[in-house]
Amino acid sequence: MATAKKGNRLIGAPVERVEDLRFLRGKGNYVDDQSLPNQVYAAILRSSVPHGRIRGIDKSEALKMPGVHAVITAADIGGEVPVIPIRLQPLPEVFPLRQPVIAVDRVRYVGEPVAVVIADTPGLAEDALEFVEVDIEPLPVVASRKTSATDASLLFPEYKTNLAKKFTGLKGDAAAAFEGAHYIKKQRLSVQRHMALPMEPRGLLADWRKDIKRLTVYGAGKVLFFNRRAVAQMLGLEENSVELVENDIGGGFGARGEFYPEDFLIPFSSYSLGRPVKWNEDRRENLSAMNHAREMEAEYEIACDADGTIRGIRGHVDVDNGAYIRSNGLTPPRNVAQFTTGPYRIPNIHIDVSVRLTNKTPCGTYRAPGRFEGSFFIERMIEIAARDLGLDPVEMRRKNLVTVDEMPYPMATMQHIDPYTDTECDSGNFHITFDRCLKEFGWDEKVKLQGRNIDGRYHGVAAGCFIEGGAAGPRESARLKLESDGTISVFVGSSAVGQGLETVMGQIAADMLAVPFERVRVFHGSTSYVREGFGSYHSRSTVMGGSAILLASAPFKEKLCKAAARRLNVSEQEITLIDERAVAPNGASIEWKALASDDISAEESFTNTKHTYAYGAHCCHVAVDPGTGHVEVLDYVTVEDVGKIINPLTLHGQVIGAIVQGLGSTFMEHLIYNEDGQLLTGSLADYVVPLADDYPVIRGITLDDYPSPNNPLGAKGAGEGGIIAVGGVASNAVANALSSLQVEIEELPLTPPAVWASIEKQRLVEGTKN
Amino acid sequence: MQIRMTLNREPLEVEVMPRVTLADCLRHQLGKTGTHLACEHGVCGACTVIVNGQAVRSCLMLAVQANGAEVVTVEGLTPDDEEFGPLQQAFRKHNALQCGFCTSGMLTTAHALLTAEPDADHERIRSVIAGNICRCTGYLSIVDAIHEAGESYRANKERA
Ligand code: FES
Ligand code: FES
Repeated sequence: MATAKKGNRLIGAPVERVEDLRFLRGKGNYVDDQSLPNQVYAAILRSSVPHGRIRGIDKSEALKMPGVHAVITAADIGGEVPVIPIRLQPLPEVFPLRQPVIAVDRVRYVGEPVAVVIADTPGLAEDALEFVEVDIEPLPVVASRKTSATDASLLFPEYKTNLAKKFTGLKGDAAAAFEGAHYIKKQRLSVQRHMALPMEPRGLLADWRKDIKRLTVYGAGKVLFFNRRAVAQMLGLEENSVELVENDIGGGFGARGEFYPEDFLIPFSSYSLGRPVKWNEDRRENLSAMNHAREMEAEYEIACDADGTIRGIRGHVDVDNGAYIRSNGLTPPRNVAQFTTGPYRIPNIHIDVSVRLTNKTPCGTYRAPGRFEGSFFIERMIEIAARDLGLDPVEMRRKNLVTVDEMPYPMATMQHIDPYTDTECDSGNFHITFDRCLKEFGWDEKVKLQGRNIDGRYHGVAAGCFIEGGAAGPRESARLKLESDGTISVFVGSSAVGQGLETVMGQIAADMLAVPFERVRVFHGSTSYVREGFGSYHSRSTVMGGSAILLASAPFKEKLCKAAARRLNVSEQEITLIDERAVAPNGASIEWKALASDDISAEESFTNTKHTYAYGAHCCHVAVDPGTGHVEVLDYVTVEDVGKIINPLTLHGQVIGAIVQGLGSTFMEHLIYNEDGQLLTGSLADYVVPLADDYPVIRGITLDDYPSPNNPLGAKGAGEGGIIAVGGVASNAVANALSSLQVEIEELPLTPPAVWASIEKQRLVEGTKN
Repeated sequence: MQIRMTLNREPLEVEVMPRVTLADCLRHQLGKTGTHLACEHGVCGACTVIVNGQAVRSCLMLAVQANGAEVVTVEGLTPDDEEFGPLQQAFRKHNALQCGFCTSGMLTTAHALLTAEPDADHERIRSVIAGNICRCTGYLSIVDAIHEAGESYRANKERA
């Protein structure tokens, strides 16, 4: 068998997205766009009390309202109330801290579901919420890490502590490295609570058909197969009588598609009423119900030689996890332990991470979980060390970057967590991306502005490096099928979450089969398409799904050849596949289309235990107005090597989008709770995100010089790299701008009031000295 | 109550409850689900439609207020069987969308802007779409796309 190669034309080409054709006409199919005959609507009553004991729920008034069909509480679930399964790091010791899908006898955060009302219209359902009487006896609120650590009020009395879990990242011998070190610095640094905030709020439409014993749930995403198993188990159904369907999705960023309470409550409501039930959250709910992220504080120590060689890093991180351990709540803390040191050669590491429970919305992953935080911590530490040692921070980084000769380079090892925690950077040359970034940025010129006050604003620049982990295992499947019209259907277990998956997968498949892009149709987002799937997280769709397509293309072509050989009376080895025809040596040929009746299809999965590590660098130039604390980002540049670029157009878009999200994390976004455990930022008017006029100058460059050895495509996960180093690099630029004022940057976000206050504080200190 | 409007050039009548927003009426009663809701609060711009030539937030307007008005939604910017217009072409070329959720609001806002001001420069475009939140793209590609589309709007205006 041979496939005539015309060179690979689509992989690496800026193919315009197929998804756009419907989105640009307003013809997308997001979950709220979908309806079923006879459907009713759910609204969820959420706790307004952050911590309390439920004494009773009276639903009689609500039930009397016309158009109200049911009010469901924990008591109506029957039997044990299910808990949200832990998908990543499923450590049995934290199982008691899993979230019940509806509050049973206690509420532990504002926004926790207490009851579900089902009614004829969304408006009626919402109105009826006010008539459900919930009697809650308030308990002392744990609203901060500090209070949590005292254990004076316990979220789970039977767990005996609010300390949910401890992780440790280790390498070498940190204690010995600090012994007698030339320079040691201890520093407190913290990242604020914020969130992924996809533009489309969550929604579900569940349809239980008793007659055929089949449950279909629309509005799923990210990890369809895992969630199907979970909901099937909870409802006592066979897995194959449940189908989860992914609609078009208005953004994921790690938070959408994880198993939330509603992922049980809405299917359960449909199951008990025997009617389709639709639910859509509003933004207020979304802000208190969807996973929060990133709230943690580090107290690190760094030890260096006089020449800037980093000997070690040690310390602890305190994570404010919120009230429960949700499906991936342990991922950010475990990542911060293992990946704080990023691309730097730090031979001795001892980082302890404490995951603490508080009466706030539970946390989960948000784009680059634990990595954004870790990068902020290490980049600040290095910048401070360079300043104290009188070294050029760029040179200090160069000196400590892992070199190409040290690949593969192992990360810290993790204590007591999951079976495959050891990991290493697979390939690459960190110095190339760093130098390229400095050059694109114009570092040598811009650094002359460092710390200078020009027309009333202080200028600062900074540079830093990162690694981006991707391609989490274990497996992903793809099935190729020849349709009777000669097109090829590609079914993948990955899901889309708005990153252009159909296009990228289509490019790979079309190239493998040497057919035009238009001849391939990609199907994803249903648990019926392939036997299993693992979903879209950890920057894995392209690498895992793409590799599976690549593997499946071989048996697919074999089948084509076999079928053609029979028709053309030659041996299968003599067939050449070209231009959607199978050609025999004598020139006789047959169209693929004509072979479709032979059931030409192949399914393969790609198995992977090793991660990929894309890597790169960021540079930032800011101007800070000391009068208002406003920071203007004058230039921002990233360079990243992703191993193999499949589609530069979509990749570039993700990089720029990620940087801007990172700038939001650094300068704006903050989920603020008061001491009473109430969320103060309950709308998009209070929770501020970047707008079009905030960061107009961003540049992203992507390379593929160092393919990954760990998958046949050579691709590395991408999509998070743009965000990882933003906190560290942008805050270093601000710190450098304000260096003459001795302002120390320790906390994100750097909102104008926060920056202004730290300048003022320093002025007062200086004032009292004089 | 009964209202009349012209929706994407088709006159129609629809019975609405007084408390229904224009957004809900368009989405749920008239099947124009291209208009999206992301805040229902006037902040995000996802629900922007064009009413009598002006870009308005359909989550803040009651359907009854649209009585007698000419309304254009994203669906009305490209009748199905036609090619893309200049904005859609430019959005696709510049990859000015990812998840697509903010896109309808961006297109309607941009269309209203370029119809009135086809010469809008980057800064003007940025300040106008600063009323629309996009979480995916970082906006640069959106601004570039709108700017590029401006040329066709200019040519159209000159022809008219
Ligand atoms: S939904 Fe109307 S402005 Fe956000
Ligand atoms: S493309 Fe996703 S919000 Fe704009």
